[in-house]
Amino acid sequence: MTAMSDVTVLLLTFFMLTSTFVKKEPVQVVTPSSVSEIKIPETDILQILVEPSGKIFMSLDKQPDMKAVLAKMGEEYGIRFTPEQERKFMIASTFGVPMQRMSNFLNLSAEEQDKILNTQGIPCDSSDNQFKSWVRHARAVNPDLRIAIKADADTPYSIIKNVMNSLQDLRENRYNLITALKSSAEG
Amino acid sequence: MSAEVQEGGRKGKGTKQKKMAVRVDFTPMVDMNMLLITFFMLCTTLIKPQTMELSMPTNDKDITDDQKSKVKASQAITLLLGDDDKLFYYEGEPNYQDYTSLKETSYEPEGLRKLLLARNAQAVRQVNELKQQKTDLKISEEEYTKQVADIKSGKNTPTVIIKALDESSYENLVSALDEMLICQIGKYVITDVAEGDRFLLKNYETKGGLTKEIAMQ
Repeated sequence: MTAMSDVTVLLLTFFMLTSTFVKKEPVQVVTPSSVSEIKIPETDILQILVEPSGKIFMSLDKQPDMKAVLAKMGEEYGIRFTPEQERKFMIASTFGVPMQRMSNFLNLSAEEQDKILNTQGIPCDSSDNQFKSWVRHARAVNPDLRIAIKADADTPYSIIKNVMNSLQDLRENRYNLITALKSSAEG
Repeated sequence: MSAEVQEGGRKGKGTKQKKMAVRVDFTPMVDMNMLLITFFMLCTTLIKPQTMELSMPTNDKDITDDQKSKVKASQAITLLLGDDDKLFYYEGEPNYQDYTSLKETSYEPEGLRKLLLARNAQAVRQVNELKQQKTDLKISEEEYTKQVADIKSGKNTPTVIIKALDESSYENLVSALDEMLICQIGKYVITDVAEGDRFLLKNYETKGGLTKEIAMQ
């Protein structure tokens, strides 16, 4: 019995040390595969999640950054957030609600937020490009930020182009595309 | 760990130790450990091997235009990513009169990769040699990266212009970029589809129908 408990403790330690937790994402995204073996850094990542129908969500890995970005966005759109709303925003792993609805959204409970988040998305069109504002403010808050696009393999290129053009307008010319590793390594 | 004192220990010669047996039941602890391990395994391993990255430098719009004009037509390959995973390419300047100047290929290894490898054979060979040297520990990691970058931006390497149509999917773009990586192509650019390219595609689909129409007028 002692041997078994030793083994379990060892395994437990291993998993605890190596684990990075799966982030809760509002939409399931199947990334395309590539042979690239560059690992994505774990910190200072602004992840842009693009869903096949074109909805955009974002996530930042540092909670203080999220708070600061939200404050800046609120300033730009003339919305003041209560500390309670800010706290709720900080603990959510992914955000993606138009600013007009942000305040109402943050008043909801966490379960209700989860339920409706996947029907929302950050607007990213020429008339109302909130996506650009988010990226700009995130960059201002954390200059070391790296942008990573995680898009579904079936997303039409026009949507990706829209995202890329928005980034290009902001002079964000280096970004990462998150891909899965191709299992059969040929070439 | 084990809290068990066996009877009949003969170490203490003179002193008489009190003999007692204490047994601790480990089963609940093991149960709990197993539970925690299961929890950690389910929470981590699913995503760990899949977060790989393809870093893609893109240039400013004006710089891209500069570079494009510098590219020799003979070294340029233009890829047109169409819908339904179709892939077309033309080398150098397109010939709008001749629809056969646009060729169809595929994302399969014997399609695009074969084409690019043939065009970039020299660079690929050099990189492979370097890789061999690196595995033999003849050159350092930094030197390897530096030399590979040199080879990739060498004079005779082809330049690939990737033009993705709105109908193509993100996966197509990534597979195209992937081929650049495999074929050691250092100079590639993603640009918008021009009107001329749409014409070429239409012309290809109708097997020269558009050119005939224009000739008729």
